[in-house]
Amino acid sequence: MIRRAASPLHAARAPVAAAYACAFVTAALAFEHPLVLAAIGVAILAAGLLAGAGPQLRRACLFGVPFALLIALVNPLVAREGLDVVLRFGDMGPLGNLDVTKQSLVFGAILGMRALLVVLAGAALLAAIVDADELLRRFRGISARSALTAALAVRLVPVLGRDARRLADARRCCPGAAGAGAIGSLERLQIVRAVATGALDRALDVAATLEVRGYASPAAHGRARRPHEPWSRHDISVAAAAAGLVLLAGGARLLGVASFEAYPRTVAPVGAGEWVLCAALVLVALAPFADRRGVLR
Amino acid sequence: MTASVLRFESVTYRYPHAELPALRDVCVDIAPGEFVVAAGLSASGKSTFLRAASGLVPHFHGGEFGGRVLTGGLDTRDHGPAALSAVAGTLFQDPETQVVLSTVRAELALPLENRGHGPAAVARGVEEAALALGIGELLDRCTHELSGGELQRVGLGAALAGRPRILLLDEPTSQLDPVAGDELVWLLRRLNEEWGTSIVLVEHRLERCLGAADRVLAFDAGALACDAPPRGFLEWAAERAPALATPGARLFARAGLRPPPSGVKQARATLRAHGLLAEEAGEVPAASADTAGVRPRPPRRGLSALARRGPAKTPPALAFRNLWHERSGGRAVLRGIDLALAPGERVALMGRNGAGKSTLLRHANGLLEPTRGRVEATGRVALLLQNPNDYFLADRVSGELDPVALEAAGLAELADRHPRDLSGGERQRLALAIVSGGDVEPPAAVCLDEPTRGMDRAAKGDLASRLRAAAAAGSAVLVATHDPEFAATLAERVVLLADGRVIADGPVAEVLSGGWYFATETARIVDGALLPEDGAELLRARMTIEAPP
Repeated sequence: MIRRAASPLHAARAPVAAAYACAFVTAALAFEHPLVLAAIGVAILAAGLLAGAGPQLRRACLFGVPFALLIALVNPLVAREGLDVVLRFGDMGPLGNLDVTKQSLVFGAILGMRALLVVLAGAALLAAIVDADELLRRFRGISARSALTAALAVRLVPVLGRDARRLADARRCCPGAAGAGAIGSLERLQIVRAVATGALDRALDVAATLEVRGYASPAAHGRARRPHEPWSRHDISVAAAAAGLVLLAGGARLLGVASFEAYPRTVAPVGAGEWVLCAALVLVALAPFADRRGVLR
Repeated sequence: MTASVLRFESVTYRYPHAELPALRDVCVDIAPGEFVVAAGLSASGKSTFLRAASGLVPHFHGGEFGGRVLTGGLDTRDHGPAALSAVAGTLFQDPETQVVLSTVRAELALPLENRGHGPAAVARGVEEAALALGIGELLDRCTHELSGGELQRVGLGAALAGRPRILLLDEPTSQLDPVAGDELVWLLRRLNEEWGTSIVLVEHRLERCLGAADRVLAFDAGALACDAPPRGFLEWAAERAPALATPGARLFARAGLRPPPSGVKQARATLRAHGLLAEEAGEVPAASADTAGVRPRPPRRGLSALARRGPAKTPPALAFRNLWHERSGGRAVLRGIDLALAPGERVALMGRNGAGKSTLLRHANGLLEPTRGRVEATGRVALLLQNPNDYFLADRVSGELDPVALEAAGLAELADRHPRDLSGGERQRLALAIVSGGDVEPPAAVCLDEPTRGMDRAAKGDLASRLRAAAAAGSAVLVATHDPEFAATLAERVVLLADGRVIADGPVAEVLSGGWYFATETARIVDGALLPEDGAELLRARMTIEAPP
């Protein structure tokens, strides 16, 4: 959930801030070169910290790092490519001949790193800097039904989260649970089931509230398009940074800068082009922070 | 003739798959500017009445619908809830689902934007709604950070923001402390008088709102059983539905006084006319209590009370020793609480929203760790949190408890039902049985957080009986409540919290009498009595003294 802070990203309008976070995702998906991915990671973390989203990024890491490690570990077990065998498991029955190669380990690490960057930018940074209410309001003018579904989903996340916490607390109050003692896996599963089965009821309650607030009225859809608002300097600088990130990624791919080959041998050239690209990505991403005037809206 | 703002014409409605109709041949006409209270026992049709007025019935819920409802002149068969929202603001019971956006400002702006107001009108409407409800400081807060009481006020603000012609409110005070609850009712009255907004308010605690009402609709099994001004309703209730009578009305009925009062002011005026007010009869209130045989219990405070019980010192069943709780941001929620409950003692914990009551209860059974201080208990502490539904994970009542415990809780005949299909009182009973665990040894203490929310008087009476039985079996009972009537019925001692500190701790007769807010209706009418039975005895005694020889 957004927590407003004095930053150019928060001062920018919601679609622009969302485009900025999505530009990072695009850049992360465009490259496999580890140096460039590291530069994108630095840019995401620096932008998040400068925007006061450090706690959200830290929380995302708690989920993202194990997820990335899982990907890094699975890839060598499923990839059958690469020349340098580092571990021979031999014949593994239905899994066939299992040899772990250096190349599959490296590429697994790169895939994991990309996944982590996508989580950080596409989930944590996006949620921290984009006002979901404003985004949905603007989106309603384009697609009312999709916006309604998204509004329900956005509201249901904290409602179901609270439900789960209350159910867990209630479990801890039951005989057999030692006060604040941890609840067991079976009880966790029961709680997840109870929250999931209650989700429909909760969704209906929230939908009823949306109805009586007039969300579905024809007037609401017509007026969702707000009168023209002039672009602020932060709208312009953040949009330019988002466009710059996408252009840099596209341009580098077209020019063949930061090319990468995973198999049969890992090839990741590091030359002046790669270093310039990394520096440009970081500078473009952080350029909006050079102007902090009027960041409190 | 003035056109009605809400009109029900022979409305009968049955929810999908329900055996019985939730509304039966209801005919009502509500004029602009009327303040109407809808009363009735649980599941009598009050909430369905509101849902039909807002258009959710039948558009949202489906089912079989007969008759016609006109809300603000719009036929609900032709206009859905979204169209009706232009004339009717609606607030339902559960505050968690009454807000749909992530910030308070956006939440208040939503209905205005949906009606097509421009940015200036939206901004003004948000400010006005926030000012009217005193939630200006919440405007930039995230809705998921708000307490239940705050959410309820924000939901009400959203219902009010568009200045609707009629407000439909389902128990909007259920999460509020007595002060905030009374203030909300009078705010509604002010809106009603200043703007002419019609109000339809569903409420279980009628003593809180009858004084402000012009008219009362009483529902019974889906049918409109009474439609009368407050006094007429109370006279009807005295004969036909005693469970709906307010404490003031019961006090007058038992004392043989008429007419039944719809509020404290009316009641005192009647007593004054009869020369029965203690201060005007020249009596000191405490002395009058003695005269009537309602003697205040001796003061008892924490451990000192235990010490007075003699040489065989019983260790407290539950004790909080210099308990501090500080949030990660540094704000102290509890500040050095020292409190001890003797075995079998029944204590009510009262205070404003945010005073620290729920936090204290969560410390009682170790859900929270103290920042400083400690909690001591001689055994297990059973804690029943606010929502009994949170304790149910099985699909059948029989899956939650063994047959013996179900029998003991009086729920054996409901074993095959889904727990969520039970009535509010039955759910509370089941949850209490689950946390109590059906142990051979009763828990050292039973703690309950706001157990009477949304309950009618019969269910409250049943709960009080069960808690008295638990206390008789040796468990200390600690109940956090905003309901002074329930506290007076159950407790022998009241602890008042404010800003994380104990500011009053004494016998129930001492703490709940003589006040404006933390007092029962009877105590506000007759000094020296808490419950209608005691008050009536006191009044009869005064009448006897004053009668000529």
